[in-house]
Amino acid sequence: MKKFEGKILCLDRSDINTDEIIPAKYLTEIEKIAMQPHLLEDLSLDGFDIKKSLEDVAVIVSLENFGCGSSREHAPWALEVNGIYVVIAQSFARIFRQNMFNCGMLAIALTKEEIDTIFECCKLGDAFLTVDVDSSTIDLTCRDKCQTFSFNISKFDKTLVQKGGWLEYADEHY
Amino acid sequence: MGKTIAEKIFETHLVDEPFGDVSVLKLDRVFCHEITTPTAIQDLVARGKDRVFDPDKIKVVIDHVSPAKDSKTALQGKILRQWAKRHGIKDFFDIGNNGVCHALFPEKGFVRPGFTIIMGDSHACTHGAFGAFAAGVGTTALEMGILKGVATFKKQETFRIQIVGSLKPGVYAKDVILEVIRQISVEGAMNMVIEFGGNVVDAMGMDQRMTLSNMAVEAGATSGICLPDMTTVEYLWPFIKSEYQSPEAALEYFSQFSSDEDAVYAKTKTIDVSQLAPLSTFGFKPDNVKPVSQMEGTPVDQVYIGSCTNGRIEDLRVAAQVLKGKKIKEGVRGIVSPATPKVFSMAVEEGLIKIFMDAGFCVTNPTCGACLGMSNGVLADGEVAAATTNRNFNGRMGKGGMVHLMSPATAAATAIQGKIVNSSLFVN
Ligand code: SF4
Repeated sequence: MKKFEGKILCLDRSDINTDEIIPAKYLTEIEKIAMQPHLLEDLSLDGFDIKKSLEDVAVIVSLENFGCGSSREHAPWALEVNGIYVVIAQSFARIFRQNMFNCGMLAIALTKEEIDTIFECCKLGDAFLTVDVDSSTIDLTCRDKCQTFSFNISKFDKTLVQKGGWLEYADEHY
Repeated sequence: MGKTIAEKIFETHLVDEPFGDVSVLKLDRVFCHEITTPTAIQDLVARGKDRVFDPDKIKVVIDHVSPAKDSKTALQGKILRQWAKRHGIKDFFDIGNNGVCHALFPEKGFVRPGFTIIMGDSHACTHGAFGAFAAGVGTTALEMGILKGVATFKKQETFRIQIVGSLKPGVYAKDVILEVIRQISVEGAMNMVIEFGGNVVDAMGMDQRMTLSNMAVEAGATSGICLPDMTTVEYLWPFIKSEYQSPEAALEYFSQFSSDEDAVYAKTKTIDVSQLAPLSTFGFKPDNVKPVSQMEGTPVDQVYIGSCTNGRIEDLRVAAQVLKGKKIKEGVRGIVSPATPKVFSMAVEEGLIKIFMDAGFCVTNPTCGACLGMSNGVLADGEVAAATTNRNFNGRMGKGGMVHLMSPATAAATAIQGKIVNSSLFVN
């Protein structure tokens, strides 16, 4: 059973691009771990503080066209080395989305209403999210309230997450 | 029922369809550069799978930061060089022979209609100008391409965009693609292939078609395809003349991939460009597009002419025509980067480089350089650039910098004026 859970970071904006996720100057890094301190370094968003906002975060929630920009897989890697395996957004840029699944990570599209519910919940504080890959459900807890959403990903994408990524899958099959 | 070119290419390259969700395609080419490939190589080595599926189908260039600017970029080059050598990859382009990948590889004749191509670079879609399915991918997908020569794609729907009418003087392929993106938005062709057609595209040369296909990704598209025709064949003829009896025979062969008359498109749109005026972006998204006339007077600190969008010989000719006999505004930094060594030497022979230098431009070697804000013209916080590149995201050419995308003609005129201006002011 594959599950991801943890604290949520809400990025209440559309078009968060790969330069904001990991600035181009770190593309010269060859080791993934070197990107760890630089995740979202150039993001300017009200209330976002690179030192505090990322603490213990396991899930990012954002609006439309998340991960637009370059094809760099450094973007999912920068998330991965910070322990963030799940991004939930209204929509994703194609390559970013595929990179996430190729790395065995999750990019989940939800509706605007569902995302607003998560944002509201985060404002109350102590929001916590559990993603169950096998049943394609998300449990959102905040204070004493709990809500469940279901999400849709293709069988193939689900298999990539369960296997740990495209390399693991493809190496077995081709 | 007829089929689109993308459907035909998918069918002829299909290896598997796991769960019916995606298509695993056989690849004809894997293109590599030094920013995204070294991580793929390191990972393959770490997994004990340091192999390549076919050294002749892998083409490699060091182009993004060249010459190396520091120890880290030097190491990226070194990893790539050693890898190409140990696997016998013959088509490896290093300093002296290198240029911007999407300008260099077509020029070397590596692309054919009907090909499947991937690269760890979003603007791989440029090669669609030749009637190929070419798409940018991330590192993991690139690794699998290198190792096994396959890649997965969602089934692609096609968005047919017809460009009709006639272009006014001073309006170029760059203005056309900016108009397309303005109309359909940055998500307008998400997960789709754009197929460009119409009499305006038919009349374009390969340089201009590459400018169109190059920015398909800015509209969210996976690839931007122009159907193969005699223009395509004539460009490729020096590389294929031993394979076909005549250009007509080559075209007949390539036409098997062309879309059928009764092909079914998920979306279609016709844009009449007869009234189109020169355009520029104004914000941090490629669909923030306005006529240059509404941007006039916007001061710029730097003008950059180059990149895989507009660093080819035709682009340099157009810019030089505007700059001829003039000086750029004092205080404006003009930078021109011919996209490949061939473009550079043609520009020297045609006297274009002298025009740029006399006008006050700095001429750099062929490289991506300033386009991605890594070297050769990075912006400082608060600075503004007029650029012939394809991306204007916040921070693209340097943290806190603003980029306005435009055609080479508009960029050249802007350099003279020091402010965004229509090139018609300087060309009669
Ligand atoms: S010129 Fe710019 S957009 Fe083109 S490949 Fe180089 S960095 Fe990418």
